[in-house]
Amino acid sequence: MTDTLDAFRDAILQASQDKTPLCLQGGGSKRWYGETPQGEPLDTRAYRGVVAYDPAELVITARCGTPLAEIEATLAEQNQMLAFEPPHFGPDATFGGMVAAGLSGPRRAGAGALRDFILGARLMDGRGQTLSFGGQVMKNVAGYDVARLLAGSLGTLGLILEASLKVLPRPFAEATLRFEMDEATALATLNAWAGQPLPVSANVWHDGVLHLRLSGATAAVAAARDKLGGEKLDDAEAHSFWRALREQAAPFFAARAPEESLWRLALPSSAAPVALPGAQLIEWGGGQRWWRSDADAATVRGLAEAAGGHATLFRGQDRAAGVFTPLPAPLMAIHRKLKAAFDPAGVFNPGRLYAGL
Amino acid sequence: MSHPNTLPPDPADRAELIATLTAALAGCRLLTDAEDTTPYECDGLSAYRRVPLAVALPETEDEVRHILKTCHALRVPVVPRGAGTGLSGGAMPIENGLVLSLARFKHILKVDPVARTATVQPGVRNLAISDAAAPYGLYYAPDPSSQIACTIGGNVAENSGGVHCLKYGLTVNNVLKVRAITMDGEPVEFGSLAPDAPGLDLLGVFIGSEGMFAVVTEVVVRLVPKPQTAQVIMASFDDVARGGDAVAAIIAAGIIPAGLEMMDRACARAVEEFVHAGYDTDAAAILLCESDGTPEEVAEEIARMSAVLEASGATRIRVSQSEAERLKFWSGRKNAFPAAGRLAPDYYCMDGTIPRRHIGTLLTRIAEMEREYRLRCINVFHAGDGNMHPLILFNGNDADEWRRAELFGADILETCVELGGTVTGEHGVGVEKINSMCVQFSPEERDAFFAVKHAFDPSGLLNHDKAIPTRARCAEYGKLHVHHGRLPHPELPRF
Ligand SMILES: Cc1cc2nc3c(=O)[nH]c(=O)nc-3n(C[C@H](O)[C@H](O)[C@H](O)COP(=O)(O)OP(=O)(O)OC[C@H]3O[C@@H](n4cnc5c(N)ncnc54)[C@H](O)[C@@H]3O)c2cc1C
Ligand SMILES: Cc1cc2nc3c(=O)[nH]c(=O)nc-3n(C[C@H](O)[C@H](O)[C@H](O)COP(=O)(O)OP(=O)(O)OC[C@H]3O[C@@H](n4cnc5c(N)ncnc54)[C@H](O)[C@@H]3O)c2cc1C
Repeated sequence: MTDTLDAFRDAILQASQDKTPLCLQGGGSKRWYGETPQGEPLDTRAYRGVVAYDPAELVITARCGTPLAEIEATLAEQNQMLAFEPPHFGPDATFGGMVAAGLSGPRRAGAGALRDFILGARLMDGRGQTLSFGGQVMKNVAGYDVARLLAGSLGTLGLILEASLKVLPRPFAEATLRFEMDEATALATLNAWAGQPLPVSANVWHDGVLHLRLSGATAAVAAARDKLGGEKLDDAEAHSFWRALREQAAPFFAARAPEESLWRLALPSSAAPVALPGAQLIEWGGGQRWWRSDADAATVRGLAEAAGGHATLFRGQDRAAGVFTPLPAPLMAIHRKLKAAFDPAGVFNPGRLYAGL
Repeated sequence: MSHPNTLPPDPADRAELIATLTAALAGCRLLTDAEDTTPYECDGLSAYRRVPLAVALPETEDEVRHILKTCHALRVPVVPRGAGTGLSGGAMPIENGLVLSLARFKHILKVDPVARTATVQPGVRNLAISDAAAPYGLYYAPDPSSQIACTIGGNVAENSGGVHCLKYGLTVNNVLKVRAITMDGEPVEFGSLAPDAPGLDLLGVFIGSEGMFAVVTEVVVRLVPKPQTAQVIMASFDDVARGGDAVAAIIAAGIIPAGLEMMDRACARAVEEFVHAGYDTDAAAILLCESDGTPEEVAEEIARMSAVLEASGATRIRVSQSEAERLKFWSGRKNAFPAAGRLAPDYYCMDGTIPRRHIGTLLTRIAEMEREYRLRCINVFHAGDGNMHPLILFNGNDADEWRRAELFGADILETCVELGGTVTGEHGVGVEKINSMCVQFSPEERDAFFAVKHAFDPSGLLNHDKAIPTRARCAEYGKLHVHHGRLPHPELPRF
């Protein structure tokens, strides 16, 4: 593994010296996500393997190139999981790519996002230095929380060599319920349920149907089922339903027409329904609203902003208006300084998050 | 960047600076007489003190901006302050610096029961948020033991935790958005009411930045439904290591308790004398293990926990049978600090975190250190997350006892690092643990921290010289470095 690290360092120092960009890449499963990748690919997959995993500590530490599937299989053997249910978007997804993309899946509605579970990380910066932040313990406030800053950084600050994540036990029981209701009712209902002590671990509304997943102690799931009613899905069906949703293989996503983009609107969960041309799928109790739409970027962003949120062009062709919602000037200034601190020559994934970063 | 330390005038010019500030901040509440400013000389860690140049008590955000702009122009360092309950000297004044108290920012601006958020000013007390949310069946989950006094602004600065954070997360997991004023007087907002604010997670790195990035003026927190019911198990163990193993066994059984706390015999005896809660004073360790949720869920979890504890060799298991009894069981834990206060004139609270599997090892090492430093130490800790609070007992009027207590503390923290942990789990580095940071982080890592600080505060004036040690300081500390309790020149008498 030291050879691999040396090779990484050589490539980074060379790139920094020549001021030529590097495109950090795991399995390339999320290559389409964010602004168009630029630069010489630097493949992370040689740096792989689980470094430490003790189920009783609820922490896994692994190298960036480890296949995400391998991590999940390792955890499943001990009846544990990555509670934020990360999407893989392909069989080659790596652990490092998952952290850098910072995406969370359906279970975020109940368990929190990837950023809630990151405990520590090791980074190789633009000077080829290996820096460790955070650690492998549950609570750690020594030094600024740079590890959390790396979650969702899309590789713009450096090469994430290793990360430690908190893991959770798999729930003892799960049940998926199906309800028919319109959008406004679904939003009101989900927000009301979220204010009650119910073991809701995921929810999705689309086209008049709400699916709700309950997870937790057997008795808690049974009691919630009695309380909420609805029609229970068969377990195998439920499993593939949530899997397809997580991977965006569900029919809603597959049906996107060539002229349509897939927009991710992140809104306060209680925001009123928004109307765009196209079709909508709502997750996270109203916090994440996917739109398959041919509306222009200004319209989509205007609506999202008016509702107190922001919009990401998740999949689609015309990226002229930028993939991510532009930042206010004071925040952009902080971003630029952070970038310069970790990557003074600007070689890591330039422009992947925002132009000039 | 010029270093702020060299810039404020030397003490001779203090009076002149106070006059300039007073004129510039006319209309703002400013305390400058020593008799008014002395109460601000320390936070909860009273061993470290310094009288500030002045204390400002603004009431509006415009006043905060004006004060910061003025200090920025005059290059006067600023220390934000909440309730002053911090345990690492984070709010301790800086030489010739201004203390900016947020005590008057105490309004709860909005509770939104549908979106489950509360918008509050930074001087609002942690518990006041839960009180305001209670009519809606909601509460703010992070519950530091100091929650009746500490403010949300301080919690954000320290990323404070509580006894329930293994299950419900720390401050960083429960704050959605922060509004703050940078040292040059400009407003900034981090986070969003919607998930995943665009760009880098600046909110994530801001939380826990110990008042060094910007002054918080508004916080939006997430509220969660109050569990319907809770029950706690009190289990005794005749061996501390066996208690530690029981903690691991509970987690390995797939249970995340709402709270999982442990104390050693010395601590159990001290609290029992104080609160008479029926603690087993013969046990080597007492474990408190709580379950919360719906009645069905709690019944199921309590049964599962009891079985694991029994299999792990608990010598006695008691399950709270009523809310009154639950609170009684907890009263000992909640009063561990005051109970320590009855054993000695002073106690020094440590805050290291270690992987749970090393709990037994650390306790054994601490017992050796008690002999080494000739001071007693009682142990109470958040066992569920491996966050240890050894309380070193000493007499502050005896300079040598305090000196030994400091060395004892540093030794414990460095042992935590050696065991794969960290020097602070929730209280922050502040001025107190700054030397131990030299042990936990490399010079390059510390340089990176300075660069991050600079990204938020290019002037370097905000609460500087805390949390992150300079290379020079670490070089100095390296020379004096005490390793594994062996003082340099052990042959010399230490009186
Ligand atoms: C680490 C962790 C572990 C938990 N474990 C359990 C458990 O075992 N059992 C249990 O019953 N409950 C647990 N909870 C609590 C449970 O997750 C909450 O009840 C649930 O998240 C509430 O959902 P929500 O829709 O209000 O929040 P969401 O909006 O889904 O928020 C979830 C997380 O995302 C983050 N977030 C939300 N909005 C933003 C934003 N605008 N910007 C940045 N970040 C944002 C927050 O940090 C939050 O923690 C846990 C929570 C956390 C954080
Ligand atoms: C008996 C006791 C028990 C405790 N138990 C716990 C516990 O269980 N868990 C835990 O985590 N901590 C605990 N603490 C520590 C302390 O209560 C927390 O660190 C708390 O968050 C400090 O809040 P405060 O308002 O008192 O802040 P202060 O002590 O006033 O300040 C703390 C830090 O926050 C900064 N700050 C304050 N307000 C602002 C603002 N508006 N903007 C920017 N920076 C600001 C200050 O500059 C300083 O660096 C305990 C303390 C005591 C005395």
